[in-house]
Amino acid sequence: MNGFLAILQRDLRLALRQGADSVMVVAFFIVTTTLFPFGVGPEANILARIASGVIWVSALLAAMLSLERVFQTDYEDGTLELLTLSPVSLELLVLGKVCAHWLTTGLPLIIAAPLMAVMLNMDQDGFVTLMLAMLLGTPALSLIGAIGAALILGARRGGVLVSLLVLPLYIPVLIFGAGAVEAALLGISATAQLQIMAAILLIALAATPFATAHAVRQAME
Amino acid sequence: MHRFAKPSVFLKLTDPLLPWLSGATAILIAAGLYFALFASPGDYQQGDTVRIMYLHVPAAWMGLFCYVGMAVCGAMSLIWKHPLADICARATAPIGATFTALCLITGSLWGEPMWGTWWVWDARLTSMLILLFLYLGYIALVNAFDDPERGSKAGSALALVGAVNVPIVKFSVDWWNTLHQPASIVRMDGPTVDPSMQLPLALMILGFTCYYFVMLILRVRLELNERRIRALQLSGMFDERSPGQNTDTPSYDAGHNAEASQ
Repeated sequence: MNGFLAILQRDLRLALRQGADSVMVVAFFIVTTTLFPFGVGPEANILARIASGVIWVSALLAAMLSLERVFQTDYEDGTLELLTLSPVSLELLVLGKVCAHWLTTGLPLIIAAPLMAVMLNMDQDGFVTLMLAMLLGTPALSLIGAIGAALILGARRGGVLVSLLVLPLYIPVLIFGAGAVEAALLGISATAQLQIMAAILLIALAATPFATAHAVRQAME
Repeated sequence: MHRFAKPSVFLKLTDPLLPWLSGATAILIAAGLYFALFASPGDYQQGDTVRIMYLHVPAAWMGLFCYVGMAVCGAMSLIWKHPLADICARATAPIGATFTALCLITGSLWGEPMWGTWWVWDARLTSMLILLFLYLGYIALVNAFDDPERGSKAGSALALVGAVNVPIVKFSVDWWNTLHQPASIVRMDGPTVDPSMQLPLALMILGFTCYYFVMLILRVRLELNERRIRALQLSGMFDERSPGQNTDTPSYDAGHNAEASQ
């Protein structure tokens, strides 16, 4: 557990001192969301209709673009090699890194989401559900994305590649995340969608650290 | 199983198999097409459009079959470091991707007259599209590394992760209310397809499966040949006068060993 906390602390400190990373993710999220009113036109009811989907898709893309940070720099400067050699289980360390990634990208996105929902004219009934769904969904995005981030270590054009690997796996989160908000907006209980999202998160939490750690070990061979 | 890990053994085993499989493919598909296009009745509602089924269903079946095969090969290569499993997984991916694309294309051609739309975003269609994306992701990942070994290993891990999609594709028509019809061939109370249509369908599915194995063998051979050429080039033994020599010389092992010893 100490190893987990140590790596979490280290990654958080790095993210805070290098500063701009989290801000850039949120900025990307906001800019992407802002593009849609230009693309589909500014009619309020159309925007309200598509708001939940737009916010989820933008969040997905923002989470994906920041994935490179999880392992790439550590891979380049050799830190990752030392981590794989350390006596602490790599699965735990990977989980620590994923937690740090979520705290520095997922959490700011959740805070920024209601703002964009207001700008897209989304009904207020959906706000709580939107934030709850993102609270359950974004950690799953970080966990699943970490597999992709680890697989592409050392690849040519890794950045483009990771989108091809990770986005198909993100689709279930998108479906149920947007579905939950949709249900709340219609006045139906969103419990079912939220429960499925919780299930996805739990499965991802239990299974993906092993896959990610395995991929990291392969990259180190 | 590890007896088959040696390329020369694989070639020795598949050499006599290949003509038989090719013949079987040709006969099965020819017979299947004859029954599908001429000797089977049209549907009482759909008329002749139903004949698209004889391409669509086998293609869908092969798309899933190839993915499962790829995932199993991936698991074998990760667990036992079986060298041929790696090559088989790599060789399977483009074939599976093609079948999946064929399934989507025929499906939309069939959907237009029957459902009145080329595409709907329902569970079966969408999960099949994701399957295609998974194939493409796998192919891109495997080819993204300078070291092919590393590419295969990363690909194996991805193939296993992506395997969660296979049951979703299969059961999507049972779990969700979709426009796509529910399972009608593999089900507890027997198929609901008319016997006159089962025959061409079975022939086509068998034919497509045989075709897959023919392609698999050919692609694995190609890959082995490429590796041998690479190994010979690297060990400085490459001779301009004898590239692509006859395929059954024992020097496969020489090439393989040379590669292994680098």
